[in-house]
Amino acid sequence: MAHRIPEDLRYSRTHEWARQEGPTAVVGISDYAQAQLGDVVYVELPEVGEEYRQGDSIGVVESVKATSDIYAPLSGKVVGINQALMDDPSIVNRDPYGEGWMVRLELADPAEWETLLDAAAYARLVEEGGH
Amino acid sequence: MAYTPHTEAQRREMLQTIGAESVAELFADVPATCRFPELKLPAPLSEVEILRELRELASWNASAEEFTCLLGAGAYHHYIPSVVQTIVGRSEFYTAYTPYQPEISQGTLQAIFEYQSMICALTGMEVANASHYDGGTAVAEAIIMAANVARGRRRRILLSPDLHPEYRQVARTYLRGSGLELLGDERPENDLDALEKMLDGDTCCLVVQTPTFLGEVLSPERLRRLAEAVHAVGAMLIVAVDPISLGLFVPPGEYGADIVVGEGQALGNPLNFGGPYLGFFACRRDDVRKMAGRLVGQTVDAGGRRGFVLTLSTREQHIRREKATSNICTNQSLNALAAAVYLAALGKQGLWRIAEICYHRAHYAAQKIGRLRGFEVRSTRPFFKEFVVSCPLPVDELNDRLLEEGFIGGFDLSQTHPHLERCTLLCVTEMVPVPEIDRLVRVLREVTR
Amino acid sequence: MSEPLLCELSVPGRCGCTLPEVGVPETPLPEGFVRADLPLPEVSEVDLVRHFVRLSQLNYGVDTGFYPLGSCTMKYNPKVNEVAASLPGFTQTHPYQPAHTVQGNLRLMWELQEFLKEIGGFAAVSLQPAAGAQGEFTGIQMIRAYHDDRGEKRDVILIPDSAHGTNPASSAMSGLQVVEVRSDARGNVDLEDLRAKCSERVAGMMLTNPNTLGLFDEHLLEIAEIVHRCGGLLYGDGANMNALLGIARPGEMGFDVFHYNLHKTFSTPHGGGGPGSGPVGCSAILSPYLPGPRVERVRSDECPGDVRGHTHTEDCFFYDWTMPERSIGRVKTFYGQFGVLVRAYTYIRMLGAAGLRQVAEDAVLNANYLQQKVKEVFRLSHDRRCMHEFVAVGRVEGSDVRALDISKRLIDYGFHPPTNYFPLIVPEALMIEPTETESKETLDAFAEALRRIAEEARTQPELLRQAPHRAPVRRLDEVKAARELILRWIG
Repeated sequence: MAHRIPEDLRYSRTHEWARQEGPTAVVGISDYAQAQLGDVVYVELPEVGEEYRQGDSIGVVESVKATSDIYAPLSGKVVGINQALMDDPSIVNRDPYGEGWMVRLELADPAEWETLLDAAAYARLVEEGGH
Repeated sequence: MAYTPHTEAQRREMLQTIGAESVAELFADVPATCRFPELKLPAPLSEVEILRELRELASWNASAEEFTCLLGAGAYHHYIPSVVQTIVGRSEFYTAYTPYQPEISQGTLQAIFEYQSMICALTGMEVANASHYDGGTAVAEAIIMAANVARGRRRRILLSPDLHPEYRQVARTYLRGSGLELLGDERPENDLDALEKMLDGDTCCLVVQTPTFLGEVLSPERLRRLAEAVHAVGAMLIVAVDPISLGLFVPPGEYGADIVVGEGQALGNPLNFGGPYLGFFACRRDDVRKMAGRLVGQTVDAGGRRGFVLTLSTREQHIRREKATSNICTNQSLNALAAAVYLAALGKQGLWRIAEICYHRAHYAAQKIGRLRGFEVRSTRPFFKEFVVSCPLPVDELNDRLLEEGFIGGFDLSQTHPHLERCTLLCVTEMVPVPEIDRLVRVLREVTR
Repeated sequence: MSEPLLCELSVPGRCGCTLPEVGVPETPLPEGFVRADLPLPEVSEVDLVRHFVRLSQLNYGVDTGFYPLGSCTMKYNPKVNEVAASLPGFTQTHPYQPAHTVQGNLRLMWELQEFLKEIGGFAAVSLQPAAGAQGEFTGIQMIRAYHDDRGEKRDVILIPDSAHGTNPASSAMSGLQVVEVRSDARGNVDLEDLRAKCSERVAGMMLTNPNTLGLFDEHLLEIAEIVHRCGGLLYGDGANMNALLGIARPGEMGFDVFHYNLHKTFSTPHGGGGPGSGPVGCSAILSPYLPGPRVERVRSDECPGDVRGHTHTEDCFFYDWTMPERSIGRVKTFYGQFGVLVRAYTYIRMLGAAGLRQVAEDAVLNANYLQQKVKEVFRLSHDRRCMHEFVAVGRVEGSDVRALDISKRLIDYGFHPPTNYFPLIVPEALMIEPTETESKETLDAFAEALRRIAEEARTQPELLRQAPHRAPVRRLDEVKAARELILRWIG
């Protein structure tokens, strides 16, 4: 099954995506990640104001068969979270790149963008089995 | 051999299918130097012989069936309605495994759902899990949960000295290596006021017990203020309770407890020399993902009919492995079933009555014993079914005398509470008939003559 | 029609039992202490019994039929065990009674300690742990304490990737870091990977042997040597001890500490999820760290007598409690799952040495026989001689049904499904453990059912995907359960 991998996003090796919006980045999990998890039943997000370094666990996404940490793809401060996921976590399955966004980060080091994968590189990662 | 059905002919046939010459050949991977040791075990017995032997062993014991039991201290002799054994003895229940295949486990699943519901009703909490090993491990797991809720940022665990000594010991074993500091119980005089003063921003939780180990029922009003103080510093209040006492007294959920745990043995499980017992565990809905243990949830099947499944399994070890909330796997399912049947059999009126009998008979006994020369009731009122009595002779000597008179005496507090030398913790439940209380008083009077 | 909940059967004013009167002058209840309401159900005794009997009929147990749940050892639970454990002389004893009033209990526990020492090849045993997972926790804490006493800072536990989830969870609870060791192509521990991960930080290794693939590790002695050489200790997870009774003793194969699952190997029932019992055995170097109290036997001038004054002359010993000198402490309240211990004692006494060996032999014979039959239908994860269980891959060529569908369809054939999706290293795992108590006829019927299901997978896959069809309920919506979280009735 082909997974959607939008061209305009950057990706982490742990299957988070990030979209640049000025000095901030919007973060979620990829279509591949949501498909691997299956029906998402719960999302735990950080609190606004908390600061994380690239690679830190900033939350948890849970299905009936697995729980996965969400890792910060970039370092920064949490300036927004998607409250709608608390009430309806299935949005992550339906629209992982849109309504299913998770966290907005105010970036500490914009240079980190370069460490993320572009769509083509991420597509190769997924093809190789995701590791 | 009754439990292995093969005939020799069948074994040969099966070996042939496998392509092996002998059964021994199947064990070729076992290091030859260790293979087939000679086990020195007693010769096998038939059912007739083993039951004879076991009856003999059982007869060496003094049991609460023949003696009047005045011993409590965390394990209680309560009446078990006949229906409990009838249900728990159904082998559809007791020979099943953990209900991992819900389509053929609805019996266990619904019964546990009902157990969870009744534990919530009893404690006044929103969520209860399917059980822990016993009261002590439930306390330890509650502390670990509180530490996880605080995301490891709080390091102090306050324990009331009136928490059962063994619960405190179990908690210390569980938390060795966790980096958490357990304190508060180092001085027996640390009452709720003293514990409240110890609260600070590094406090993760405070654990209290009501009725206390010494039998005293703590004031719900005082506990409400304590809960407020605990919450003011951002910590959690863990309350260990005797579930029978909740037939009568205000449940912890009503005065602000965050986690309620306890020893559920008294709910339909026999004394059984200390096990298997039942740790019950209840918390707030908001914290459910940090809770350990199994949970049963309601859902529907493909035809839209109500059914039950294990849920939130992703917290558990079989999925989450080293990040699980606990390592617990096998729990006390059958004991929880017994508790469910017990609570349903007694119901609203029955549990109230049992609790009332305990309360009134214990106070009656205390009043009479307190009037005897040399004996003094040391408990603060109100107590529930247990009270402390100081005696004119060492408690082990007193208990030997009581045994001769057909009583299993109280708990010798000098073992655990050095400041309560020559003090006994007596327990009076509905299993102690009123004439036996009167006889006890006569025997105690004789003892001091 | 689903079975109503108790709260739906409740009618105000009913009670399911009769109780005595208070019988003494009443003491006033203090103000502010009494609860306003006690929202428990009110049902009559007959309604209550019918409710729970109907519920029991929705369950499948070993007494209902074949239960080849891998790694769980669902053997027949002898009924004499239940009779033994319900003798009032056992069930009505209080854990805090003085030792001289419970000599029968203590004697039974001491004997059981001795039996388990002999069966496992260990110097000492504690009966306290409540279940296998608690046995693991106990063993890891003992290993920790041992290293601490030597002033060694060791914080890593090695665990094979095929291990049960309790192994890493128990290690993490003990504050140790888990490092996974790979399995090799034959299902053994990958020795090269093990060597690479052994360091002065390693406190020990947890090993299940036979492992969860049902295989006896072909390099067991070497593994023990590698772990010991780097200063670590070897923990044995006894979940699969059923294959080893009288066949080999873990204590003689390099294990330093080990837990037994009385509810698997020693025939005590699983109770729908518990109670179990997980005694821990260990070598002499670790025995001071065992949890306590344990039972010890001391020679006595007075022969043990019962409380009625009769004496028993067969031996002159007194049984008493003792705390190991450097004990890690208590892991549970009181002494262990005594009622479970009585059942295990009964089982061992009835079988004796030859009977126990017969158990292991027939368990392994049954697994190999069934493996041979299943192999004709499903690929095996590792095609070699197995011990007490084996893992098949639940895939059918030319069909996209999954292991889960096969399992659910087995229910329609009257069997309990095998363990699914475990061990994690085998995709679509069907882990099958027949146990020694099943007849050849049962194994043949089960293999035949699998053959027919594989056929159905090709011809009518929908039949499998919708299965079970003959169970009390159809497949349940686990997603709905987890999203809505209805965890109690709203009465």
